[in-house]
Amino acid sequence: MIEVEVKNINKHFGNFKASDNVSFAIERGKLIGLLGPSGSGKTTILRMIAGLETPDSGEIFIGGRKVNDLPPGERGIGFLFQSYALFKHMTVFDNIAFGLTVQKKSDSEIKNRVEELAELIGLKDFTSRYPLQLSGGQRQRVAFARALAPNPELLLLDEPFAAIDAKVRQELRGWLKQTIHKLGITAIFVTHDQDEAVEVADEIIITNRGRVEQSGAPIEIYQSPKTPFVAKFIGESVQVPDYTIFKGFDEYEPREGILRPEFLEIGATIDEMPQPMPVTTERGIVRGTYFRGSVIQVDVEIKGQLLKGFRGLEQVPLHEGDEAFVFIHKIYGFDGDKTQVIENAAKRRESVII
Amino acid sequence: MFGKSDVIPGRRLTLGITLTYVSLFLFIPLAAFMLYASGMGFEKFFAAVTDWRNVHAYGVSFFCALTAGIINALFGLIIAWVLVRYDFRGKKIMDALIDLPFALPTAVAGIALTTLYAQNGLLGKIFYGIGIETAFSPIGITIALIFVGIPFVARSVQPVLKELDPQLEEAANLFGAGNWTIFSKIIFPELIEPLLTGFALAFARGIGEYGSVVFIAGNMPYETEIAPLMIMTKLEQFDYQSAAAIAIVMMILSLTILLGIHGWQARQLKRIGGVVGA
Amino acid sequence: MRESIWLKRTLIFLAASFLFVMLIMPLILVAKEALSKGVDFYFAALTDEFALKALWLTIEATILAVALNTIFGLASAWLLTKFDFRGKTFLGSLIDLPFAISPVVAGLFFIMLFGRMSPLYPLLQEYNLAIVFAVPGIILATVFVTFPFITRELVPVMESQGRSEEEAAATMGANGWTIFRRVTLPNIKWALGYGIVLCSARALGEFGAVSVVSGHIRGKTNTLPLHIEILYNEYNFTAAFAVASVLVLLAIIILILRNLIENAGKASLQVSNLKAGVAND
Repeated sequence: MIEVEVKNINKHFGNFKASDNVSFAIERGKLIGLLGPSGSGKTTILRMIAGLETPDSGEIFIGGRKVNDLPPGERGIGFLFQSYALFKHMTVFDNIAFGLTVQKKSDSEIKNRVEELAELIGLKDFTSRYPLQLSGGQRQRVAFARALAPNPELLLLDEPFAAIDAKVRQELRGWLKQTIHKLGITAIFVTHDQDEAVEVADEIIITNRGRVEQSGAPIEIYQSPKTPFVAKFIGESVQVPDYTIFKGFDEYEPREGILRPEFLEIGATIDEMPQPMPVTTERGIVRGTYFRGSVIQVDVEIKGQLLKGFRGLEQVPLHEGDEAFVFIHKIYGFDGDKTQVIENAAKRRESVII
Repeated sequence: MFGKSDVIPGRRLTLGITLTYVSLFLFIPLAAFMLYASGMGFEKFFAAVTDWRNVHAYGVSFFCALTAGIINALFGLIIAWVLVRYDFRGKKIMDALIDLPFALPTAVAGIALTTLYAQNGLLGKIFYGIGIETAFSPIGITIALIFVGIPFVARSVQPVLKELDPQLEEAANLFGAGNWTIFSKIIFPELIEPLLTGFALAFARGIGEYGSVVFIAGNMPYETEIAPLMIMTKLEQFDYQSAAAIAIVMMILSLTILLGIHGWQARQLKRIGGVVGA
Repeated sequence: MRESIWLKRTLIFLAASFLFVMLIMPLILVAKEALSKGVDFYFAALTDEFALKALWLTIEATILAVALNTIFGLASAWLLTKFDFRGKTFLGSLIDLPFAISPVVAGLFFIMLFGRMSPLYPLLQEYNLAIVFAVPGIILATVFVTFPFITRELVPVMESQGRSEEEAAATMGANGWTIFRRVTLPNIKWALGYGIVLCSARALGEFGAVSVVSGHIRGKTNTLPLHIEILYNEYNFTAAFAVASVLVLLAIIILILRNLIENAGKASLQVSNLKAGVAND
């Protein structure tokens, strides 16, 4: 069942086109990540769904109801602001209770609901504190509870982790994902951080220059990026002006493409390469190695082109100036505004043989 | 401007109140004045504006306000410096006292200063003793204008001085710069803007000031008459046209000062790559 | 930068003596002159019929001007900080305009609007409405000169608060009045109090503008500052200073209030910052 539907939305700020014919639909109960670089129009989309901005044209539906002309307070949404926008002069209790008092709920009902939510966010003993007396992570959870208090159908979160320390952020991501799924609420969050989107979201919508580039499950987007932008934006990559210089890819027209580190097999010796070693294996010179925590990044030069790959910590260490074997499994080749996955010729032939 | 859907309510209401209020208390009186002034004809206007007695009065207002502004700029800087940089007994009282001229009715200041600086007054005795006529002279007018202008410079320099990054001075110190170099090359340039703003406000206020000045001025034609007093005099003679003409000259003077400073600030900000705020 | 103790002492001495001569001595003088003919004369001057009437008119004009300017200040600050529209900067400067106009000229505006040369004059005559040289004129002039005070205090504070708290309240369905009362007002109460105090101070002491429109009718259109002028010009110096001493007292109360409000505002900010600094995950 569709919870949120956005149809042909356009929005300008002066000469700046924040939304360019944006359309998408979101299923009920899903946790969606709106991902894009800053200025890509993701926050504008979120704010338009909330009613904090008005689209120039297009329609927005929440729960099957057209909400274009409804004020934010009547859309059945909860909104979590990037800066949290907690009411500074109200206690945690009063902050969470605000939406309910506006709805003129009874005191006992308010008290029960606030206590329930304070329990949920693990701040049961903090309800008489003021926002400035809380840490960043605690504030975020209060803002979350405040947004949830009136039982919204849809929760909208604007960069929910941006203002939090890296360490706490990791914890909160997991907590937020679990809690949202536990409540069964539909939620959309905006982020510019692909790790965050991949880790938290059920589905990702990628925006760029006011347009939706691609949407789908994180793994699907990772494995088959549809546009050059998505291919470059998701995951680590090295861009090459012409990938047909590499063995195994030379039967194509000269084209731009990108290579992810995991597309490369780098071997110090022949033994480390897939057996039997494909004929399209390249030889390169190691230009630098970097310890990256769980792997070692190896920069290797092939035909004047610097590529990036990973090697395990247990493998024989490579040094600058060493010769190395490199096998490129695949490349994302660009074709106008499309991306196609191109396998190494050696692998294609093998699969034909099998 | 209208019919836009806002998230925060109240656009129409507050716009309505604001425009009504601005119209009632600002536009309509201003328009009435303009209407009247425009009906007077250029010749009449020119004659009133260039009447020597009036010209002399603008001159007195202008030069006394300018002198008072300069003196206040100097002392305002010292006061702000002392309040921000030093700790001493009575600092809090000094800080609170600076605003006295904003709180004390100008007429009270006027009669008090006149009595103090009159020939037989407490301070007047000293000045007259060394041959300086402090009351009923341009010096007296300047003293009154110093009084009303005290808070302007001190209050605009103080916050800027407080916010000044101490690392700037530390950096200069590391290069071996001496106190005078640090002050003149590092600190003072940052203070020019608030100093000028405060000066312009005090200057503009001085040109229009009436209450504190009338008592100490003595109001002698061609000597110590100030421009606002000339308006009062013309009104008492029912010479509304001349009053309006003098008022126009005064408005042009103070607006020129304020806009001049504003324009200068905008240029400075542009020069150093800042953004001109609203 | 480390200054020598002598430079420091010289600068403090300069600042202190300047303020002593320019500000403290006039205050002392007012007290001394006011009591120079004894306490009985002092109280007689204060309880004089015209002095009391002038005091009453001053209070009336001040309360009205402050009340009107508070409503206007809140409305205009809300408009200027919560919405975007063309001409916003212009409107902001327009509100500041009375600061650039001499009070005497401001008084003149109202003479031109309601006085004998005004096109409105016959109409006013017909309905027997006196505005200039009467109480309404005094109130109008006072409102004019104190016009920008509250807006000026509120706008920077509301600007720095941003709009997100109000937006958050709106997403939860709060109406305008609820948002103002429960979200905005607690955030701006100190700035509002500060603005009201400054506005009152100016309204109490306004001289030039009120002088132009009052017509100096004793017991009818005299405010306290104008009453002082009359007493002084009649060479009744002691009575003039006696009345002045009341205004000095009010000025000191205003300064104290001003400081209390400022400190309260600062303290509430500091306490919360301090606690925020202590709090940790």
